[in-house]
Amino acid sequence: MLFQEAVMNSTFSLVPLVVFLPVLGILLNWLFGKRLGEKGIGSIASLAAGGSFVVSVLLALALVQNHEGAHIPLFTWISVGNLDLSWVFRVDTLSVTMMLVVSGVGTLIHIYSIGYMHEDVRHQGEPKRFRRFFIFLNLFIAAMMILVSADNFLMMFVGWEGVGLCSYLLIGFWFEKGEGGLGNAKAAKKAFITNRIGDFGLLIAIFLIFWNFGTLNFAEVFEMVPAVAQTQPGLLMAITLFMLLGVTGKSAQIPLYVWLPDAMAGPTPVSALIHAATMVTAGVYLMVRTQVMYMAVPGAQQVVAWVGAITALFAGLIALGQFDIKKVLAYSTISQLGFMVAAVGLGAEVAAIFHLATHAFFKALLFLSAGSVILGMEHGLEAGSHEQGGHHDDPQDMRNMGGIRKKMPITFVVYLIGALALAGIVPFAGFFSKDEILVAANQGNMPIFVVLVAAAFLTAFYMGRQVLMVFFGDARSDAAKHAKESSLLVTVPLMILALLSVLGGGLNFPGVHTLEHWLEHTLEIPHAAEFILPIALGSLAVALVAIFLAYLVYGRKPLANAKAADPLAKPLGIFFRWMNQKFMVDELYQAVVLGPYKKLADFFAYPVDQGVIDGLVNGMGSLTVSLAGALRKLQTGFARTYALSIFVGIIAILVYLLTRI
Amino acid sequence: MPLGYFLGLSAFMFTVGVLGVILRRNALVIFMSLELMFNAANLVFVTFASYYQILTGQIFVFFVMAVAAAEVAVGLALMVAIFRTKRSIDIDQMSSLKG
Amino acid sequence: MEFGINPLVLMTFFPLVGVLVLVFLAPQQKNAMRWTALGTSLVTFVISLWVLFLFDPNKADNLLVQLPWFRLAGVPIQVLMGVDGLSILMVLLTTFLTPIAILSTWKAVEEQVKGFMIFFLLLEVGMLGVFLALDLVLFYIFWEFTLIPMYFLIGVWGGKNRIYAAVKFFLFTMVGSVLMLLAILYLGLQAGTFSQPELVANRSLFAGAQLLLFLAFALAFAIKVPVFPLHTWLPDAHVEAPTAGSVILAGVLLKMGAYGFLRFNLPLFPQASVQAAPVMAVLAIIGILYGGAVAFAQKDIKKLVAYSSVAHLGFVMLGIFALNPEGLSGGILQMVNHGISTGALFLLVGMIYERRHTREMSEYGGLWKAMPIFGGISLVVVLSSVGLPGLNGFVGEFTILLGAFGSKVFGSPWFAGIATLGVILAAAYLLKMFEKTFLGPITKEENKSLKDLNLREIITMVPLLALIFWLGIYPQPFFNLINPAVEKLVQLVQSAALVLH
Repeated sequence: MLFQEAVMNSTFSLVPLVVFLPVLGILLNWLFGKRLGEKGIGSIASLAAGGSFVVSVLLALALVQNHEGAHIPLFTWISVGNLDLSWVFRVDTLSVTMMLVVSGVGTLIHIYSIGYMHEDVRHQGEPKRFRRFFIFLNLFIAAMMILVSADNFLMMFVGWEGVGLCSYLLIGFWFEKGEGGLGNAKAAKKAFITNRIGDFGLLIAIFLIFWNFGTLNFAEVFEMVPAVAQTQPGLLMAITLFMLLGVTGKSAQIPLYVWLPDAMAGPTPVSALIHAATMVTAGVYLMVRTQVMYMAVPGAQQVVAWVGAITALFAGLIALGQFDIKKVLAYSTISQLGFMVAAVGLGAEVAAIFHLATHAFFKALLFLSAGSVILGMEHGLEAGSHEQGGHHDDPQDMRNMGGIRKKMPITFVVYLIGALALAGIVPFAGFFSKDEILVAANQGNMPIFVVLVAAAFLTAFYMGRQVLMVFFGDARSDAAKHAKESSLLVTVPLMILALLSVLGGGLNFPGVHTLEHWLEHTLEIPHAAEFILPIALGSLAVALVAIFLAYLVYGRKPLANAKAADPLAKPLGIFFRWMNQKFMVDELYQAVVLGPYKKLADFFAYPVDQGVIDGLVNGMGSLTVSLAGALRKLQTGFARTYALSIFVGIIAILVYLLTRI
Repeated sequence: MPLGYFLGLSAFMFTVGVLGVILRRNALVIFMSLELMFNAANLVFVTFASYYQILTGQIFVFFVMAVAAAEVAVGLALMVAIFRTKRSIDIDQMSSLKG
Repeated sequence: MEFGINPLVLMTFFPLVGVLVLVFLAPQQKNAMRWTALGTSLVTFVISLWVLFLFDPNKADNLLVQLPWFRLAGVPIQVLMGVDGLSILMVLLTTFLTPIAILSTWKAVEEQVKGFMIFFLLLEVGMLGVFLALDLVLFYIFWEFTLIPMYFLIGVWGGKNRIYAAVKFFLFTMVGSVLMLLAILYLGLQAGTFSQPELVANRSLFAGAQLLLFLAFALAFAIKVPVFPLHTWLPDAHVEAPTAGSVILAGVLLKMGAYGFLRFNLPLFPQASVQAAPVMAVLAIIGILYGGAVAFAQKDIKKLVAYSSVAHLGFVMLGIFALNPEGLSGGILQMVNHGISTGALFLLVGMIYERRHTREMSEYGGLWKAMPIFGGISLVVVLSSVGLPGLNGFVGEFTILLGAFGSKVFGSPWFAGIATLGVILAAAYLLKMFEKTFLGPITKEENKSLKDLNLREIITMVPLLALIFWLGIYPQPFFNLINPAVEKLVQLVQSAALVLH
């Protein structure tokens, strides 16, 4: 027994490796990558991520033995006054679950990227940037691991900002491309700054926690929450809502979701890894981690649930009006994140994590398959342009696709699996996780249930629309005509992810609830998940009806050509245009926040700073000069005048002295 | 002789000196007027020294004479330097410090 | 001391050795002059490391030098120098940045190298003296002394509008200094001593006038920091100064203001400090937000960095006047951080200016592609200035904001809450700068053939980058140097606050 315990504890103390293996990968690639060639770089990076995954698996196995987990301290980071912060790794079922998802999906995406980036760097004409991509990707894994393994709020914040940085770097990876040459760079900046707004909320929450709880350690803070909830409910409300602001930034919820669709400017593996599977779920993870605080203030829970539900519906509507294959998936991600956030708000944290995991599988799958489609289209574009000459179609526009099913059969199958999983069709993963959230809503909050069902309907509908537009019908462009299936390096990870998307429901299968029992060592579980047959059947029916409707609209009579209008454009009229233009939210922010800020900054910089403040200073200068100008007239330059004034002065003084007596 | 005579002569000399400094333009004449003022002061010193029978005043006179001699040396040197560049010692022409 | 000479004195005046050598070099021996100056400043740095080795953070008067000097109206004036937790990092920052700044002038300064180097070394003497002097008159002399070399560095080797900038810099600082001189004289005559430790012990002798005295000192220091609205000399001075001058100006000279608050205003006039804290905090917050907004509107890179200094120093002031250990320690560390990050930013601006002779952002774009090493280094420096965790800027900003949030003298978390918005603004203006210069396609023909950094330039940046990471990842050794002195200062101020209430 003792021996076993020793082995277990030594396993737990491996946890820093989940961060340091990717860091090692960065260093190796940074120092030697230039000499290694693409295969070498890709292997090092993938091995680093894979190593993290192996360590996570070992941790999980050790946790099976000892559910308590461990805290592994590394060093004291900041110790000033009352503030005493150390970098401590927290090993418990929740953090290890996240580690598994991050490193597992991450490793697959690393492998996929070797093939994808090989093509992409050549397509973009910068083969040397291959290495940089993998350094950034490893950096992301390291930062995400810091986030999920943190034992206090500040270390979590470190990871939180770290992944934001990676997101910035990777969105702007092709920083000289995009709309007007600056499109990608602008998208990256938008992502970082929007996230910073969220981080502002998180920072304030951290300050509030520190000064009212006296510590930033998770365990110590959570212990005190019940007492504080009694005495200062307003404080907890403030903390949780400020934290929610952070969540809306990172997890792309209303009102800060606007960066995520633009983030699709990054290479497709990035969209899959960071902007679908892992980073954007950090907000959900944060709320699950701090569930004790949310559960103590029902008001905040209500707000959270509504933010999530409305986002789910709103983003679903926008997704319906998009033509860019990645934009549809981006809005779908926002919508699904809304489901997770709503689940946390409903007190169904396990369902949120469940959906987080399955979503990571099928959304990564969808993005990567979309990437495969785009690669195929780019191939077709190049092959086609040989015959036709300089005619360029956007390889991401679904109106240019059609009939890809026959050209890229593997991609089609895996895409279909992903789409069905997302739509919530039994027996794919998404069905089970989404069902759990719907059950929680049904039991907790009827209006939210209705909103979520509507969102689920939209999900199935827009996925049906997408699959039908991309894969069915006839090719609507040369690129689509000449599209070609991608290489094995690309398709094998897809198949693995597809398998996970099929089997993912098994994580928390009704009746068995593995995940719930696993997480109950870490989380409080207010009500155990139930499987309610009518709801399950109902949601399945909703999804099926939506898909059938999508077939009626898009399948029976495919788009005639790339210029044809969407069949919904006419019946929905202006509403479809709104959806297509994303309800003008970006324009609204531009008009309400960005534009005025720019004007204000200009106003401060020129009229105020240069004009008033510097003007006052220079004004004093000129005042002195003009006064002196008046006084200089006294200096005639004639020595005799000066002599006279001295004489007169002496006389005046003498007169004063003599008459004073 | 009454004290008043000496003081009157001193005052007269001083006034002449002041007027000379203020009214004349020739630098040499101004110098001489300055000397006149010094000597007016010296006369007062000597007068009172003999009146009160103390030596301090007389010693002061020596000081004044020494300083005046040094000052004249510097002043005349300046004068020569100015004359070399300007070919004139009219001090009204030396007004480059006019503001 | 085994050398028979106090290391502080040796360190402070060692650059004069270099000056002496420089005087005897012929005007055409430019490289010899550069090596002399670099060598001297490096030896000074080594001596400062020796000082660090001898330094004991728990003692107030390390390596104290105390020599009688002269008497003013019966009050003795001493050569009184010492180093404690408040000054040690400033001293190290000075000796660290000076060789780097000198190294950056290798190609940039070709005219009158001798004069440049002499002024630079004299400047180092002055700065070290300011941080080490504990006698008010001695401090004042060093304080004013730093003005002269800087005035010439800007006025002779500066840009187009250098005379205006140099005079503005000089006059601004003088205005504040004159009032400080009055206050110093008043203090000395009232208390019969100019020694800072003795004055702190005999605070009661001038407690009646402390608000006025506080204001007189504060004006001098606030101009130097600079605190809004006294900041307008800074952008002009920075834009016109040669690169090395900007580095030292931002890296060290501005810190003299903040250091003055720590060394004199807080311990000498604690009640007044407590009373003035909210006002100072408001000014600091205005500095943070206003500096951020104005920086956002700039088109000239160097001006943008200059205004970012206003914002960053706002954080420092906020931390100092939070008057609790977190805020003060964070403030001191942030002074170092700002010195490193902003110094590095100015160096980078200087490097690109040497190549293209323009600082307009619109002249650039896509530089990361043309100059990958330059782009990568700039990214790290920009992010450190943005305050990204893991890099130095975050540690300081976080502790400052945390301290300010719970500060008892502010009495409200609103101060820090609003100041935290500055974090967003910082990201906005710095990333805008990065985007305009480094990202996007290369639009200008001249930028296509730009040469990437050479070895000398990389060597200039490496120490700064190393510190950026070190301070970000493992700042505790630095905090350990600061903490005891800060604890003592906080106790002093808090006891005064108790008297007040």
